[in-house]
This record gives sequence, structure tokens and C-alpha cells, in this order.
Amino acid sequence: MMLLIKKGRVLDPASKTDDTMDILIKDGKINSIEKNLLAKEKIEVINAKGKLVVPGLIDVHTHLREPGYEYKETIKTGSEAAAAGGFTSIVCMPNTMPVNDNKSVTDFIVAQARNKGIVNVYPVGAATKGQKGEELAEIGELKEAGVVAVSDDGRPVMNSEVMRRILEYTKMFNLPVISHCEDLFLSAEGVMNEGYFSTLLGLKGIPEAAEEVMVARDIALAGLTKGKLHIAHISTKGSLRYIKEAKERGIDVTCEVTPHHLTLTEEYLKEYNTNYKMNPPLRTEENREALLQGLRDGTIDIIASDHAPHEITSKEVEFDHASFGIIGLETTLPLTLRLVHEKVISLKEAIARLTINPSRLLNLNKGSIGIGKDADITIIDLEKEERIDIKKFRSKSKNSPFDGWRLKGVVEKTIVGGRIVFDRAEKG
Amino acid sequence: MKRKHLLGIQGLDKKEILFILDTAESFREISKREIKKVPTLRGKTLINFFYEPSTRTRTSFEIAGKRLSADVINLSASGSSLVKGETLKDMAKNLEAMNPDILVIRHPCPGTPLFLANIMDCSIINAGDGACEHPTQALLDLFTIREKRGRLEGLKVAIIGDISHSRVARSNFHAMLKLGMKVSIAAPSTMIPPYLERFGVKVFNFMEEAIKDADVIMMLRIQLERQTNNLFPSIREYSRFFCLNPERLKMAKEDVLIMHPGPLNRGVEIDPEVADGPYSIILNQVSNGVAVRMAILYLLSGRSDDDAID
Repeated sequence: MMLLIKKGRVLDPASKTDDTMDILIKDGKINSIEKNLLAKEKIEVINAKGKLVVPGLIDVHTHLREPGYEYKETIKTGSEAAAAGGFTSIVCMPNTMPVNDNKSVTDFIVAQARNKGIVNVYPVGAATKGQKGEELAEIGELKEAGVVAVSDDGRPVMNSEVMRRILEYTKMFNLPVISHCEDLFLSAEGVMNEGYFSTLLGLKGIPEAAEEVMVARDIALAGLTKGKLHIAHISTKGSLRYIKEAKERGIDVTCEVTPHHLTLTEEYLKEYNTNYKMNPPLRTEENREALLQGLRDGTIDIIASDHAPHEITSKEVEFDHASFGIIGLETTLPLTLRLVHEKVISLKEAIARLTINPSRLLNLNKGSIGIGKDADITIIDLEKEERIDIKKFRSKSKNSPFDGWRLKGVVEKTIVGGRIVFDRAEKG
Repeated sequence: MKRKHLLGIQGLDKKEILFILDTAESFREISKREIKKVPTLRGKTLINFFYEPSTRTRTSFEIAGKRLSADVINLSASGSSLVKGETLKDMAKNLEAMNPDILVIRHPCPGTPLFLANIMDCSIINAGDGACEHPTQALLDLFTIREKRGRLEGLKVAIIGDISHSRVARSNFHAMLKLGMKVSIAAPSTMIPPYLERFGVKVFNFMEEAIKDADVIMMLRIQLERQTNNLFPSIREYSRFFCLNPERLKMAKEDVLIMHPGPLNRGVEIDPEVADGPYSIILNQVSNGVAVRMAILYLLSGRSDDDAID
């Protein structure tokens, strides 16, 4: 099967390409990239004139909820949401039921992804058995089964000794450790950022320090062990400061940020709308600005959705009782492009954080448009404006605070392994 | 009054607060009659839904409703279908299907009154939502201070105790600041929420500083279970620094007013001698609570003919 993408603006940060080019795809791989490729017979041609052609986007932080919470999301619906959002590869966290802490669960996820998924799905294995933070999971076997990283995700490893061993043990398998940095004693019962608005609203706050003490601890342990540390969804200025300093000292640490922490602040919680309840919580404007600066100066490597689907009944309750998290697969790209339109970061920098940087972190050998590479490609209309409508989301859950927002930049086509898995033209 | 709900003091302006207090004046007299009942809310249904235990506020709303001839229904969390796992939303919708006119809600989660106001048609009155607000308490406190002093503006109030967890403190300082009063608070550092100064209150760690020259001292109840969260080391030590005793009382103005929203921890945050002494207006607060709540019930339910009130 062949596919020809004509006259698109090919932007590939990895190869420093930014030019109008044609791309020929053959048997799922990129066959040639040239100025003027002639369409031979029987080749499907995509006219990408005026469109942006980038490596397929990669999301290093999603929750697909299967097995166990299929009423929130499934691998099928999650992958469809990913495709609609321009993602060709997604990485799913292990907090399923049962927890993905052993080969059989990983095998199930990989099989479901193969049979029902429409994008590449890479599981993250739990770092400890049952995400309990006590005993190491069988990380070697998990790696053989296909996990690309380990993490205890939303149940951070509170025991520093255990975290040390995780960082040490994963080294021999060349697996990064993804850390959700939160001191559970400091954050206990908290539901929003601790600050002026938590005082105003009477809600229990989560101090910035709850994140920062763990960022500092994990960096110290990464220094001790020479392990590979990736810090998930950072939300504070202080975390950035620690990470920046650690990078300068040569410690192997990377980090990600979510579009919502780059876009929203705690002020949005004023009406107790549970779609703004997330963990880490939305912080202050000062922190948001620091995160934008971190993107600009390169301290932040990756933008990730932290796609966290929840059924309506777990959000339509008292604020204290509502689940944490929002979905993000279908809004991450336009929210990132908003930063480009507002000149916070360049287009190239934005795309790098959604393609080659995630690929490098997880050794996926993707995230770049090059001859012989997997034909994972996203075609974007940069200037087109669209109103976000949660009713049109592919995701099974609709918990997004961005409903009704008008955002510029829409996905035209998503191509995975040479196959078009999302086509805006066919969108209902 | 063109207002359907009373969700908090934050949403009220000075004029509205004073209007409620003025209206309450005329309701006070009803409770002193031989026959303590007027037909004002005849045919109206009031549901008192208390998700948390309460003696004063629940009884006060019930009496207020009954003296206005409303049909009053009391509901507690343990006696409701919430214990069977029904969501608050479903329960609210079911209550609404029976056409109540006013729902009084006490709930441990901040924001719950707004949540209900967004999904129900009846008037919602916040009778305390977690640590956020307790507007009727603040209104009755202001009413009582004004009754005793004849004015509010310029008076200096000291609020002492666990500010972090206190809806009474929040509603009071919001209201007092709107009315041009001066508010000082004193609490252990562990019980002062962040950015409190930004609201316009003066913050102290030692109560002596806050009560100096105060016209009013409002003591807050210390919840004994906070000790297990390490917010204070022991009742003994808390009392040593934060009990209003006769000795500390001497530092305040000569005609100081002593208030407490109740229930009291006698001997912990307030010395019995002070609680029962000549400066205490704690029971006046309770009496006035009925008049203030009658006024609020009247104003919210009679909102269609507000010309008659002016």
C-alpha cells in the first residue's frame, strides 16, 4: 500500500526540516521525502498544501483505564481519542484494575491494543507490586512484555529506600522511571492549590512543597543511583528550579508539563467546577508563568496530556468528593498551538515536545520523519479555528474544562504506520 | 430583595447586609408575643437538610420557619437515602420533585450550596458549608453587635481560634470588612490559612495583641480532634495561650462584648466565668438568630413582591 502526501509544510524538529516537501509512504514506512514526487497510478494522494505535516505526536502520559475501569475509557476509545487529537503513539499508566505490575496484564494491554487500538499503545509497568511502594515489580519481565517505562503513577513511592532501588534496578533494563512527585503526608485530603483561593473557598489545600520535596528527593536519588528519572506533570516554579539545577549538574532527569497547567490557574476553581479539580492542582499565575519560561528555556522536555477520563457521576458530586483529573488527548495539540499563536514558544519547539523528545525518553525510535522510519504522521491545519465541543469527543468520558473554548489549530489527518486512522473530512 | 439564594456573605453587598439586619428588627418582636406565630409563610415548604450534627442552627431555622407558619421538614444525613448510596444530586432532584420553596443546607463540603442552587429551582440557604461560609451566623452576630452598640462601622473585632477550619470566622470577616469594621485575628500559626492578610484582616499569633482595645471578642470553638493532626500539642497548652480568661479580659475595652458561636468548650477556649459573665452576649446571639433567620426566610420567599418590603 502506498500513500503520497503532497506539498505540505514538513516540519520535523529531529532532522531540522522545515520546508515544503512531498512524502511517499510504502508498506507502512517512509519511502522518500523530496521536493516533487510524481504520483503514479493507484497511489492514494493527500493534498497537504497549506497544511503542516509533522511526525505523529506522542503522548507519554495517558490513562486508558482498561482493564478494570472500562466505563471510564477503553483502549479502543482512548486510542480513537488519541487519533482524533493527532497522536499516533500513546503511553498508558499502570493504575488499572488489576494494576499493570506483571506480564499477564501487560500482555493483555498489548493484545487489546493490537486488536482494538488504532494507534500505537505503549504500556508503563508499575514500579512496585500493586503500586504499593513496598516490593519491586518484576520489572525485567515487564520490559520483555513491552513496557517502555515504570512508574507507580498517582501512588508515589513514599519510601525513599524503595525509590532508590527502583532507580537502580531499572538501569540494567534501560528503562526510565516516571515519578509523580507528591508527598502524600503534605497533600493529605487536599483538593486544590494551597493559597489565597483555598482560603477563600474553604477547601483543603495542597502546598507547592508537596511536589517540590519529592522532586528534590528524586533528583538526589537519581544522582546517587545514576538512574534515569522522568518527572511527570510538574506544576510549580520550585520544581523547575530543582530540575534546572539538576540538569546543569549532569543528572539524567527530564520532565513533562500538561497543557492545562500551562493554560489555567487556581482562579478557575471559584465556582467549585469539578472539571478544574486535578492532581497536581492548578496553581497560581506566577507558577504558570514559570512553566511557560521553563518551556522556552528548555528545562521542560515534553508536553503530555495526563489524559484522565472519569465518568460523569464521579465529577457531578460535591467538590471534595469528585475524582481528580481531566481528559486531554483531544485538546492537547490545540492548547499547545495556542502557545505558539501567542508566541510563547516557536512551532518547532512545540512540536519537538510532542514528538522527538517523548520518543527519546522512551527509546521508541519514532517522533521523526526520515527515510525508513515508521510512517506515523500528523497533518495539521494551523490557522483553522474550532470550537471545542465535548459532545464530539471520541473519548468515552467528557470531563474537560475546555468545552466551548475556541482554539486555532486542528488535526486534519492522523496516519499510523501508513494507514489513515483519523480523517477530519470524514468526521461526523 | 432581588435574590433567590443566600449562599454566602461573599456575594452580598453592604446595602443588602444592612437591609437584612433592618428587616430582622421587625421580626424580633414576634418571638416575644404570647402567640409566637404569624401567617407570613403559610403554605410554603421549608426543608432543613443537615448533613452534619447541629443543635443551634437547625433548631433556630426550624423555629424561624414555624413562627412564620411555613411547613418545616427536618432531614439529617443519617436519616436520608444518602446512607443508601444515593448521590447528593439525585437526592436533591427527588426533594425538588416534591416542590419545596426553601432548602436550608448544612454540609461538610465547601461549595455544596452553590452545587444545589445550580440544579434546583427552590431557594437555597447555606447553613454552613465546610470551612467556607456560615452566612446566617455572621448576620446574627452583626445584628447582636449592632443591638448592643447601636452601630457597626469603626468597631474593632478580635476573632480568636482555629481560623483555618472556621466558616464562622470567614463569613464574619467578609461581612465585617464590608461594613467598615476592623478585624484582628489570633490563632496558632498552624491554624492561620494562607494569605489571610490579603482579605484585609490583621493577623496575630498571640491573642493579647488582637484583643487589645477590641470592642468585640469572638471566640471560636477548638475542635479537639485537631490535636491528632498536630495543629496544637495539647488542650492544656492551647488553653494556656488561647483561653479567654478574666485576666486576659482586662486587656480589652471596658465595655467589651464577648461572643461565641457555640458549642462551648468551657475551660478550653473560654473560661466559664467569662462565658457566663456580664460582658457575654452569647445567648443574645442565639435569641437573635431566630429573628435574623425569620427575616432571611421572609426576604427570600417574598422576593416577587419586594416593593412591599421597601
